[in-house]
Amino acid sequence: MKILITLHNNDIAPRFDLTTEVLIARIVRGKISGEPRTILLPGPSSDELCSLAIKEEVSLVICGGIEDAHFQYLNWKKIEVIDRIIGSAKEALTLAIAKTLQPGAIIWTRPDRSTTP
Amino acid sequence: MNSCPDLLEILNGVPHGIALLDQDLNIIGMNRFLEALTGYSGEEAHGIHYDYVLRSNFWKNNQFLRQAEETGLACSTEGDILGLNRKKIPVRFTATPILAPNSGQGEQAAMVLVLEDITTIQETLDRAKEPGPTKGLLGHSPKMQEVFELLPILAHTDSSVLITGETGTGKDILAEAIHHASKRGKHPFIKVNCGALPESLLESELFGHVRGAFTGAHADKHGMFQLAQGGTIFLTEIGDLPLPLQVKLLTVLDDREFFPLGSQKKVKVDVRLITGTHRDLRKMVGEGGFREDLFFRLNVLRVHLPPLRERDGDARLLIDHFLQMFAANFNKNIKKLSPQALQRLTSYRYPGNIRELRNIIEYGVNICRGEVIELDHLPPYVLAETVLTETVLTETENSAPAALKNEHPFPANKSVHENAQATQTTTSRPKEIPDNTANWSDIERQNILEALTQTGGNRSEAAKLLAWGRTTLWRKIKEYKLA
Repeated sequence: MKILITLHNNDIAPRFDLTTEVLIARIVRGKISGEPRTILLPGPSSDELCSLAIKEEVSLVICGGIEDAHFQYLNWKKIEVIDRIIGSAKEALTLAIAKTLQPGAIIWTRPDRSTTP
Repeated sequence: MNSCPDLLEILNGVPHGIALLDQDLNIIGMNRFLEALTGYSGEEAHGIHYDYVLRSNFWKNNQFLRQAEETGLACSTEGDILGLNRKKIPVRFTATPILAPNSGQGEQAAMVLVLEDITTIQETLDRAKEPGPTKGLLGHSPKMQEVFELLPILAHTDSSVLITGETGTGKDILAEAIHHASKRGKHPFIKVNCGALPESLLESELFGHVRGAFTGAHADKHGMFQLAQGGTIFLTEIGDLPLPLQVKLLTVLDDREFFPLGSQKKVKVDVRLITGTHRDLRKMVGEGGFREDLFFRLNVLRVHLPPLRERDGDARLLIDHFLQMFAANFNKNIKKLSPQALQRLTSYRYPGNIRELRNIIEYGVNICRGEVIELDHLPPYVLAETVLTETVLTETENSAPAALKNEHPFPANKSVHENAQATQTTTSRPKEIPDNTANWSDIERQNILEALTQTGGNRSEAAKLLAWGRTTLWRKIKEYKLA
């Protein structure tokens, strides 16, 4: 399976529609296979992100806020969405692989100025 | 902020979202309103940068915050946030720096960020751009004048209002108009369709739940009653409210407090209730489908919205209104309806009322390529009623067999013009007259089903057949619950 995470620096981007960078990781037998890819998008667009998730045959999207239309669209495309996540993308990926990541989860160690948006 | 419960209580009383930020713009505390908007408690959000919690659209460009920091003065901007319900909420942000006492240099200690929901203002501005009155209520007929005369009285009081009327008569618009004209107008207006959700979900939707209340309840969730705090909650299709929830609703109305699902702690609410239904509640009470005590509690002030067929002259007014509105929206140079089309529309019975009239005009504006909407630009089922009426006059009353109602009035694989012709051709064959009681939604739903059947369930092919995009077909499938 593949997992797509919307990125802002090393954290999950607060909004799906304003995301310009994503991380895609391939999971094989509960482990990350190979180096996760980081993709820079030409600009923020929910539609483009949805297309990318479909094209990449992603099974799970981890993001911050997402509009209902796109949430429903991805679900309809059989892509699970875990939204309203706050915190480190790496940590979220680990929790998702362990199947313990829940919508609205805050995975956060108090940030310093350099990691804030 | 936690060490100052009085301050928190004061902020909780303000009907706007308020966040208190430290120098690094991390959250120190939030009031209850903002907690409801974001879905995070102040405790959870403590120490997190504000934008991860608020999910605002100025995420990467917070100029106004920097300006507030530099000038030491309050600064405002407009934008939006993504709310807990995954909807964009237009918001006016106001940032006010708080200077540290005795700092001498004007050193900033914290920042207060106020989020004012401007949905209503935006909608009013949008409506002002549309032709027609801003309240969305139109009518010159004596029956509608009676309703308009009642409106200020209903807005002035805080009593419960029951709005009755057939489907499509504008119950929602009237409820919203009452809310905006009332002293609660600046507070939220929340609409809940009691017929749209199963009982268990509806209870959670209305009254909220706490974490662990049931399988899948991973976090606390505020109910609609809490989100409508200070404002109005409109329960539409109240006749579909299950009996156990009727008891709970009655308790809320009497005590103004309730227990969220699984909670040991009572929640107090100050909410005005407006209900709407197309059902005869008195009859339901007699049949045991609706609690009598709740009926009396809801039926304090009652307004009945007349069906369009009883509103003398209003059909013409609404036709002109929707014609102008859709022509402007679709950038079409349509000026009027032909006398025949107008005569047909003013004599049609409109079982779906204003919603149906609106759909018919939208259809006509879409189909018409010239400046005048002709008879064959109207949906075939509208024309079919003329045919039926004429046939009934000349034939026996049993001349339209029920079995033929299944025949589709508007096959997907034919052009609109062909369909119109086909419908007109049936004049001499009353047995093929389609079901003229179906509204536009039913026809569209049937169209989708037929297209899917024809294509063996292939949605791409079905979308092509219907001349829609795949996304439109997907949206319609969701809308008609065909998935």
